[in-house]
Amino acid sequence: MDLRNIEDSLATWPPLARLGITRRAFLRFTTIAGSGLTLGAIIPASAAKKSGLTVLGIEGTPGDFSTPFVRIDPDNTVTVICKHVEAGQGVWTGLPAVVAEELDASWGQMRAESSPAKVPTYGNFAFGPKGNVQGTGGSTSMANSWDQLRHAGAYARAMLVQAAANRWKVPASEITVSDGVVSHKSGKKATFGELAAAAGKLSLPAEVKLKDPSQFKLIGSEKKLPRLDSHSKSTGTQQFAIDVMLPDMMTALVLRPPRFGAKVQSIDSAAAKAVPGVVDVVQIPRGVAVVARDTWAAKKGREALKVSWDESGAEKRGTDAIFKEYRQLSGGAEAVKVENRGDADATLKKAAKVIDVEFEFPYLAHAPMEPLTAVARLSADKCEVWAGCQFHTIDQANAAQASGLKPEQVVIYTLAAGGTFGRRANAESDYIVEAVSIAKATGGKYPVRLIWTREDDITGGRYRPATYHHVIAGLSQDGKLIALKQDVVNQSIMAGTPMAGMIKDGVDPTSVEGGTAEQYDVENAHVTWTQAKVGVPILWWRSVGHTHTAFVKEVLIDELAEAAGKDPVAYRLSLLEKHPRQAAVLKLAAEKAGWDKPFANGQAGPKGARRGRGIAVHESFNSVVAHAVEVTVNDGTIKVDRVVTAVDCGIAVTPDVVRAQMQSCIGYGLSAALYGKISLTDGRVDQTNFHQYRVLRINEMPPVIEIHILPSTNPPTGVGEPGTPPIAPAVANAVRAATGIKLHKLPFDLAAAKATKT
Amino acid sequence: MAIKLTVNNQPQELDVDPEMPLLWAIRDHLRLTGTKFGCGMALCGACTVHIDGQPTRSCVTPISAVAGKSVTTIEGLSSVAGKAVQTAWVGLDVPQCGYCQSGQVMSASALLARNSKPTDADIDAAMAGNICRCATYARIRAAIHQAADSLPASQAKS
Repeated sequence: MDLRNIEDSLATWPPLARLGITRRAFLRFTTIAGSGLTLGAIIPASAAKKSGLTVLGIEGTPGDFSTPFVRIDPDNTVTVICKHVEAGQGVWTGLPAVVAEELDASWGQMRAESSPAKVPTYGNFAFGPKGNVQGTGGSTSMANSWDQLRHAGAYARAMLVQAAANRWKVPASEITVSDGVVSHKSGKKATFGELAAAAGKLSLPAEVKLKDPSQFKLIGSEKKLPRLDSHSKSTGTQQFAIDVMLPDMMTALVLRPPRFGAKVQSIDSAAAKAVPGVVDVVQIPRGVAVVARDTWAAKKGREALKVSWDESGAEKRGTDAIFKEYRQLSGGAEAVKVENRGDADATLKKAAKVIDVEFEFPYLAHAPMEPLTAVARLSADKCEVWAGCQFHTIDQANAAQASGLKPEQVVIYTLAAGGTFGRRANAESDYIVEAVSIAKATGGKYPVRLIWTREDDITGGRYRPATYHHVIAGLSQDGKLIALKQDVVNQSIMAGTPMAGMIKDGVDPTSVEGGTAEQYDVENAHVTWTQAKVGVPILWWRSVGHTHTAFVKEVLIDELAEAAGKDPVAYRLSLLEKHPRQAAVLKLAAEKAGWDKPFANGQAGPKGARRGRGIAVHESFNSVVAHAVEVTVNDGTIKVDRVVTAVDCGIAVTPDVVRAQMQSCIGYGLSAALYGKISLTDGRVDQTNFHQYRVLRINEMPPVIEIHILPSTNPPTGVGEPGTPPIAPAVANAVRAATGIKLHKLPFDLAAAKATKT
Repeated sequence: MAIKLTVNNQPQELDVDPEMPLLWAIRDHLRLTGTKFGCGMALCGACTVHIDGQPTRSCVTPISAVAGKSVTTIEGLSSVAGKAVQTAWVGLDVPQCGYCQSGQVMSASALLARNSKPTDADIDAAMAGNICRCATYARIRAAIHQAADSLPASQAKS
């Protein structure tokens, strides 16, 4: 997804407009950003002290040297203030690594903490050059912080050097910094902590020189940089929003409509209020909240609550009816042109072979392990929010609107998120607004901790959009892909949100990104998208549109290779001449997997089992990932035995984190390929918890995963999402190689696919 | 009537609804928040604690069922096996979002306490009840093996 237009789309959205992002402010900021000064603008240490973060114990003693991104304390710790949420993807390690490199710090002295919600200081430049939206998404955390944090580290280093030069009365040019120690050839040495106070009083140097990548000691090092959050997360001490305990805090659960779009008609709260521990029952815009002294009482109270719903405006269709409609809509009167090059229709008529395939993808819940949780504390002139915020300043603006305060009166404390995969970034800030609305409805009498149960999470909507693709592809006599017609139907993620401005020429890019015509340069291609109107709330889900477009692309190309009688790797390479990164990644994965060699432990698996290899490559979020997989199909089940991954993500800042993200993407994508499905019957979600919304477990994780990172000197690109799109098609291709069964519908159902003629 | 139990070697008295799951009693009332809520149906393992040494899903265990028993949460994990598991977890950088890891560590510690050299199949059997949406499973497996290797067989249970 190209996110660069988000910021412009949001500019006219009332809650953000109230933030005062004026053109004047923008001009002033861009001037400063151009000179790099924002990176080192000194804020008084006392300001950090008052931030309130100490309540949670996540901030150390405010130091003497303090900038928006780097704080050096007298105890010699260097804290990197992270504008992106740590949701597992490793920003609390990767972002400090960038600063530590330019600062020549010792890894042991590095710390990480969340920034406040503040733009443009902490804006995401991948969302627009003005930095007027702070958020984490689109696998942009490293890419948009890279230059900024290198400068932040380099400025801090220069100032420490100058402070030492002044103290020792020697030229700065004679001073060296290594592993957190500032030294002069005379033998004088000082730690960062010892110099921080003096350095903090200096004005910024006019310019700093960044290291040449050949000088990097920490970045890209295979000597692992330990994650800064491993200890807290292995000992139960890492604080998540659900762990926030404020004095007098109450816990709230919300009863939401049984069908999307229904509204409260009447409330009978007598039985709920009779539950010991329940203190309030209040209506909020999204439902009815039961507020209690503890979570158990809130749950019992909600079970006792009786609400009648007005379902006149509710979505009452089931997913069977929805998919039937999608098939009818496909390529029809409402279809909008996505791409039209050459003459697909005429070329198809001349094609030697034509393949006609339909693909179906269900709704998917994100199901992060920490269900949505937010704590809100409201007073007459202040609203504080504790959450694993993924859309910091949008959450701030929405909280302001819900509380009736100004955005600058809303303080956001971003905690570690217990997973998100996109769910915590939504334009309505649904869970945060609920918490604030409850605090408002109860008059700010007590802080409110809102918890979603797992059932709330699975049935609560904002799913990956259910999607239908119809593809017709034509081959020439010699097997070349010469024509493609592709019709896509799904709901628009952007339409009806403040980001609707990203819809260009009637096409929501998040519905069609990563398409076949685009990535394989098909000469004659006609691609359409039809926006389906369904009342099921949807949202981006780890890798967004690529979750389905990559599957269609990579399964189709594999079946075309088969039809052409070509090797799947060689066939792809013949189409990737203009995509050297994809070609290189594909080749590396194939080579490391031993694509041309027999299976290491023989072709045959257990008796009756079939083994097969499959491969897929895809570019998303400016990175390229290929997976080569080996599967065993036995007794109707698919077991993924081995995954060999190649990734080009530019400079791999922390290779161990990159590998962790590839493993994570593989596991997340396999959950969707093998099990993931949200279905609706008469508008009601069929699944409620992990027994029905099945996800991958340890015994199903591929036992062998090998990850190969392409050496690169290009700036870093995404790793949190790009490993997800190619895993499902690689497995589908391996299953077809093993059994001949074509999987065109997710999650995979071997028996159903075998029975379907395609 | 208050329910008496031992949590992390400390005697506790809790005057709460006897049906209240142990999870909410230790989180909301004892303020030990290392134990996590994930599903409420014993499907994900995030809430795993040890009751008299046995790994147990606290989200479906009524507090009344724990009267007189000894509960160990992640905060009180001090066994040799537990420490070996945590050392391996940190050494291999197992956690990503980290939310499920308290439960993973408690399940892994209980496994090593009864089986100091688990095979991959033993690990599957003991750990399949613990979901990790970040899919840190490969490192969980490696860390359990590493912890086992660091542990003389006779010490695991102490």
